[in-house]
Amino acid sequence: MSEEKLPVGQHEEEQAPVDPLTVSRRWFLLTVGAFFNAVVGVAVAVPVVKYLLSPVKSDDAYKSWVSLGSLDTFPVGETRLAKFTSPVSREWDGETDRIACWVRRISEKEFQVFAINCAHLGCPVRWFPQSGLFMCPCHGGAYYADGSRASGPPERGLFTYDTKIVDGALQINAGQMPTLSNTAKLVQIESAKGGSPCAG
Amino acid sequence: MRRLKALYTWFDSRLQLGEPIKEMALHPVPNKTASWWYVFGSAAFVLLMLQIVTGILLALVYVPSAGQAWNSLNVLNHQLTLGWFLRAMHGWGSNFMVAVVLIHMAQVFLFGAYKFPRELTWVLGVFLLLMTLGMAFTGQVLRFDQDAYWGLGIGASIASRVPFIGSTAVHMMLGGPIIAGATLSRFFAFHVFVIPGMLLAFACLHIWMVVKLGINEWPMPGRIVRRSTYLSEYHELTKKDGRPFVPGAVWKDAFFSAAIVAAVAVCAAVFGPYGPGGQPDPTIIQTAPKPDFFFLWLYAVLSYLPPSLETPFLLIAPVLGIAGLVALPFYAGEGEKSWHKRPIAIIMLTTVAVAWGVLTHLGTFTPWSPKMNAWSGGSPIPVRYTHDASPLQRQGAIVFQSKQCRNCHALAGIGGQRGPALDLVATRLTEDQLIRQVLQGGGNMPAYGKNLSPSETTALVQFLETLHPLNQPAAADASRQAAMAEPAPKP
Repeated sequence: MSEEKLPVGQHEEEQAPVDPLTVSRRWFLLTVGAFFNAVVGVAVAVPVVKYLLSPVKSDDAYKSWVSLGSLDTFPVGETRLAKFTSPVSREWDGETDRIACWVRRISEKEFQVFAINCAHLGCPVRWFPQSGLFMCPCHGGAYYADGSRASGPPERGLFTYDTKIVDGALQINAGQMPTLSNTAKLVQIESAKGGSPCAG
Repeated sequence: MRRLKALYTWFDSRLQLGEPIKEMALHPVPNKTASWWYVFGSAAFVLLMLQIVTGILLALVYVPSAGQAWNSLNVLNHQLTLGWFLRAMHGWGSNFMVAVVLIHMAQVFLFGAYKFPRELTWVLGVFLLLMTLGMAFTGQVLRFDQDAYWGLGIGASIASRVPFIGSTAVHMMLGGPIIAGATLSRFFAFHVFVIPGMLLAFACLHIWMVVKLGINEWPMPGRIVRRSTYLSEYHELTKKDGRPFVPGAVWKDAFFSAAIVAAVAVCAAVFGPYGPGGQPDPTIIQTAPKPDFFFLWLYAVLSYLPPSLETPFLLIAPVLGIAGLVALPFYAGEGEKSWHKRPIAIIMLTTVAVAWGVLTHLGTFTPWSPKMNAWSGGSPIPVRYTHDASPLQRQGAIVFQSKQCRNCHALAGIGGQRGPALDLVATRLTEDQLIRQVLQGGGNMPAYGKNLSPSETTALVQFLETLHPLNQPAAADASRQAAMAEPAPKP
């Protein structure tokens, strides 16, 4: 390696005076360049934002009727755990597209299907037939057999699914994790039974 | 040696980094600042480096897919040589990082180091803290087990409380309508690309400013910070009573950082990796989800707040808290730095620390939650409570146990703590009050009127009536006694 001469801190030298008109033209071109970048940026940002917002859909877009199985599996007067596969699922969801819910058969034709998620912060509630209560393990929310709030921090009763009976099987309108933002505006549709006062 | 020098010159004449680095290394710091109190910031940065290295090593194996993540973690734990140790290092490294960042922040606050001209350094620090917590939360999600699944449920439930855009917030957070593959993928992107990138950039800026503005001098009572004079005073101090950063102060940083990394390694080797817990199957509902250590305080707050205050607290408190932290150096940018002259600062710091400690402690044993199996898997009613009992009272003891009363009420110290322990309940409530309380509930107790037959209620209350010490009678209603008493024989 021989002695090399590299530029070290020589930027400010050799600046010959430039015509002010040339300078202002350069600034103008830079402004146009920046504007051009802004236009391209917005044009590219639009599809990016649309892509990012693609999971945002109306609640109904995600929901469809799912069968919980034959009516016979739900004895009258009892509350049983039922499981279904979420209608919106992908191959790589693993076990997470399986959802549980509580089915209460009030009479031959009357059902109430409660979401597994506590109305407080979504933890899984458990049914205790002996005391007729749903209890939540997280913050101690408790609900009566009909899903209405019994005690603890929840502001409301359990979330319910709309139900209908088709060909001797129980169906619910499901597909979305129930939270305060979507289930509060549940609408009862025809032949749907068992909407408790807490259905909101 | 000459060859080496030539090599260095060759590189540096191209890189041109030698001068600025030399200037950085040799910048003077106040003598008193070269203290063991000033080692936490560098330790936090070293821990960040450790997290990046261990994180990359884990990413060589981890599968960010909802269907496979849990399995790949178990392979790391059990099948790959020392995979468990790398997972443990990353997990404990995150614990240490959160702790060291918080200690660093407390120290900076206590030493008044956020005052002029270091306001922006503090503000960046606040964002660094938020990003560190963001890393902790997203990292907990990547450990895709039951706790992660239901933790996401809690996160979605909180997001759903935002007015107007709650539903949008939930969909954006979950990447769809439910917690599933899309959710894990986006948390992976945040944990591995988005937040670490920002964290690294912010941390470098933070350090740049620390070096350029000089390390905070040791606070002395009476040495007042004024915007007009501070810079010259600080310059004077470092000139008169200073030493070059390297090696004068940095050797303590080096020692402490090495000790911290060693501590992480020891904890990792002794305590092992975190989880994964149960598999993320949402239909397995026999679970009591709990957040990681640093979010336990929030878990506790959410169970103690009255329902009506919860949404306002969740949505407003974080905004106020962050705004307060950001505003601090602008509100108190001048004045005393010494803690001897800042009693309010001491009180604030102590209050926050004690509240955090107490809430975290409560979060570890969740006295607000029913013990789900206290009635079946716990211990039976102690023999001494039924030893001299009548058949009716014993029947009541059975009702007590089988109706899950014990899930919320402890007897002999065993059972839930949601409601009061009932060992002495007969001294507090009369028979009538007991009947009313059982049937109608109240005071955060569900009403059992629909789930107890009259005979069960009678038996239960008769049993509860026996729960008083031998030397202290059960509470009784004087008017009822008078009314039920035999009429006195007429004279």
